[in-house]
Amino acid sequence: MSLLQDSLIELIRRTSAEIPDDVHQGIVQSLENEKKGTIAESALKIIERNIELAKQKSQPICQDTGSIIFYVECPVGFDQITFEETAREAVQLATKKGYLRQNSVDSLTGKNDGTNVGPGSPNIHFHQHRSAETSVSLVLKGGGCENVGAQYSLPNEKLKANRDLDGCRRVILDAVLQAQGKGCGPGILGVCIGGDRASGYEFSKQQFLRKIPDRNPNPELDKLEQDIVETANALGIGPMGFGGKTTLLGAKIGVANRLPASFFVSVSYMCWAFRRQGVEIAADGKINRWLY
Amino acid sequence: MIQLSAPFTLEKIAALKVGDAVEISGILYTGRDAVHKYLHDGGELPKEVNLQDGIIYHCGPVVLKDEQGNWKVTAAGPTTSIREEPYQGDIIKQFGLRGVIGKGGMGSRTLAACKESGCVYFHAIGGAAQVLAECIKRVRNVYLLEKFGSPEAIWELEVERFPVVVTMDSHGNSLHEEVFSRSQAELSKRL
Ligand code: SF4
Repeated sequence: MSLLQDSLIELIRRTSAEIPDDVHQGIVQSLENEKKGTIAESALKIIERNIELAKQKSQPICQDTGSIIFYVECPVGFDQITFEETAREAVQLATKKGYLRQNSVDSLTGKNDGTNVGPGSPNIHFHQHRSAETSVSLVLKGGGCENVGAQYSLPNEKLKANRDLDGCRRVILDAVLQAQGKGCGPGILGVCIGGDRASGYEFSKQQFLRKIPDRNPNPELDKLEQDIVETANALGIGPMGFGGKTTLLGAKIGVANRLPASFFVSVSYMCWAFRRQGVEIAADGKINRWLY
Repeated sequence: MIQLSAPFTLEKIAALKVGDAVEISGILYTGRDAVHKYLHDGGELPKEVNLQDGIIYHCGPVVLKDEQGNWKVTAAGPTTSIREEPYQGDIIKQFGLRGVIGKGGMGSRTLAACKESGCVYFHAIGGAAQVLAECIKRVRNVYLLEKFGSPEAIWELEVERFPVVVTMDSHGNSLHEEVFSRSQAELSKRL
């Protein structure tokens, strides 16, 4: 077993059992904001207790341990093939240890071979950079919240959404409305304005690598992000859709160029069980430091 | 917080209203896609399972056997209920269920059946696998395990203070409908 494999197994364990600090703080904050004695407050209290218990017992926060998505930032000349092989083994071992549920099904036969490894699983994105550092981030994204993601093609007549920022705002808020009660809220949105049908969703998911309190460097998008969170939280949807003040913990919006003929807005929804971690890997494969 | 303990009589169920936070103590039977379809198609309920005045839980638990050979539930969060909408109403009426636990709420047929035969829908906290597993004190039995496999089998669970919220009551009210229409109206003011 290589050091890199050990590191990846530890990354998977910690991602599955421990909510990153930035998300946890968002949940603690919203617990303080909710009215005392409401069902919204008691839902958040249970969520909070669940987070503590999972960490203490080193067990999955939620039993749906989700799609396994790795983001690798690596120097030029990095051996991607070896990394991929190591990651697949690490996923199998982490599944045996119970950090991941047997969660990957053959779409044609319906069979689950219990390994979590197969076509498209795990999903690994490589990105080269000029620095000598290697970092690996992992997102585990559950099925319930994945099912409420939505992709809109603008203009959308029904929602009166034109090909402008107001149109984007309308469809994003529609996605929040439609997701209520289903994606285990409070949620976090990852949005991509533009791109094609595939890259739009892909970029929307990459937004989940941003920390909850960070601000968008683009002032227009920053304004839209703040506005979406504020407006969504004024709708009274609340945790689990029970009613209440906390509907979204955050919204992260990116842009990609589009073709003149298309205008997609892709919305990915992440549940409160927001499992994301990352590590910087030393040359020998050991973990240098944690990223979140 | 309302304490609801077995037996789950019609009287106790009828007293519950949408928005009530409830802690359930007693027996729950798990049942998800396979069980619902099976019962709806006329499949026979194992003799030991009595759903009259019973509560069914939409859950595929993770259950392990410890060294002494006892079952132990390690994760037990709710699964999405709406998949059972084609079957649930008939099953409530046919077996005399008093409660259904799940997440995400259910549709108009289930709501109508709840009203007709005196049943409520309890919403558990989605994703709270660890907290809910702690409330399961004992696995009393398991049925149809060979036929359906572990997540889809009927697990007879003894629970204590299992936290849920009534989101559909036996008087025709649905919190899901209320929150949806209210939030939709609020949104239209802000567009
Ligand atoms: S949506 Fe998230 S919290 Fe809910 S069941 Fe799925 S993974 Fe768990």
